[in-house]
Amino acid sequence: MPESVSFAAFAVLGLLAVGCSIMMLATPNVVHAAFWLLGVMLALAGLFLALSAEFLALVQVMVYAGAVAVLLLFVVMLTLRRREDAVRPIDFSWPSVGLAAAFLVSVLVALRAFAPAVPRLPASAPGVAEFGRLLFTEWVLPFELASLVLLVALVGAVWWSGGGDR
Amino acid sequence: MSPGVLALVSALAALGLMLANGVVLIYMLRKVLAHFHLRLGPMRVGWHGLLQTPADVLKLLTKEDFDPSATDLWLFRLAPFMVFVPSFMAYLAIPFSDSLSFTPLDTGVLYTLAALALVPVGILAAGWASNSKWSLIGGMRAAAQQIAYEVPLLLSVIGVVMIAGSLDMSEIVKAQQGTWLGFIPRWFVIPQFGGFLLFLIAALAELNQTPFDMSVAESELVEGFANEYSGMKFAFFFLAEFSNSFVVSALAVTCFFGGWLLPWVPIDLPVWVDVAVFLTKTYLCIFVLMWIRGTLPRIRIDQLLSLGWKGLIPAGLAWVLLTGVVVKLVP
Repeated sequence: MPESVSFAAFAVLGLLAVGCSIMMLATPNVVHAAFWLLGVMLALAGLFLALSAEFLALVQVMVYAGAVAVLLLFVVMLTLRRREDAVRPIDFSWPSVGLAAAFLVSVLVALRAFAPAVPRLPASAPGVAEFGRLLFTEWVLPFELASLVLLVALVGAVWWSGGGDR
Repeated sequence: MSPGVLALVSALAALGLMLANGVVLIYMLRKVLAHFHLRLGPMRVGWHGLLQTPADVLKLLTKEDFDPSATDLWLFRLAPFMVFVPSFMAYLAIPFSDSLSFTPLDTGVLYTLAALALVPVGILAAGWASNSKWSLIGGMRAAAQQIAYEVPLLLSVIGVVMIAGSLDMSEIVKAQQGTWLGFIPRWFVIPQFGGFLLFLIAALAELNQTPFDMSVAESELVEGFANEYSGMKFAFFFLAEFSNSFVVSALAVTCFFGGWLLPWVPIDLPVWVDVAVFLTKTYLCIFVLMWIRGTLPRIRIDQLLSLGWKGLIPAGLAWVLLTGVVVKLVP
């Protein structure tokens, strides 16, 4: 594996990701926004691939682009009563701008505080088998915790939707 | 050859295979279904209608490229490609023989399923962009159905991956060499029969094929999401659909029926024999899909969804658990 990621690949994918996120925020049509979000997710999968994280890239495509984006679109289309409702003016009121600015500042502060200035790539990327072994030995507790979080979300969703006779 | 040229050549070869598959499979579908219905199917153009599909291709190519009014224009134009490109990408990792595949990948099975997972996005885009009730209902049915059946499809091959110990498709085929008791081929369909049944049902749903073709249900939705499309745009959808059935059949052959291997013969056969064996098996599998299509009636969308979420997903999880325990106990 090279010491650093190919600059051309990084530049193209990075610009794509940023461009798609800007378009997602700029479009007044929620359905279009969901498609731009899909673009961001695919560009991120490409970035994972550029970092030799093959498994992560495929899971990103399968779960985020293939399932989350589709579910998002599905819910948007299902809940729109009329087609014209998809287009809404972008909210530029003070509270929303303030919220966005606060989020930006906190992300920047967190990045400065926690991330190393120049992230270093490991000498060799682990293959899928090695990745799986690490996931189920060294990282098994976080892995299981994550699945517990998902289970809680699942149960919550069922309860919320009024399943059964609550 | 430099890697760039090689990549271009193999991409073109994959495209050629995809187009050829489309032409052959349309003819095959029409003939097979016709004979199941005790009809003859196309007979006029060429010997037994052999030239019917090339003629249809010419017709589609020369048709006016037409956009209906009041569509979401860019999305409407983009949607056929959003369906076509992932289904083209899915060809990449299929192993035609020990040495021949477009790109050997360590994560071949996962890659193929990930590529197929992108197809519903395009279908949803087509359904929305057409701005027609039938299209939207068709698109949403297709999306709901493919989301529901992606999970069982993935779970159904996990057992195979556990036994083979690899996600690489040619490694999976190699793990199926040899025989049990001297005459039963070591194909994974035998130890993984439950997985195969899951795979078959989930694959039929993923392919939007009868009995699960509610998204294009001709008699109620007049072709569903593809309703407003004509000419080559329409052809892209159908090319993708036929090529998906090739890809899924190839995946079934690789995971459950020993890929390019023939039982009871030495394994070092020439490459062309391997490729011929693989393609024959794949086409047999496609024939079975068409057989099912010609036999069973369509079920209802709510029955399909509750079968997926409440039946197949728990069954898939149980099968994975069982396989895991057995693989751990039997070395």
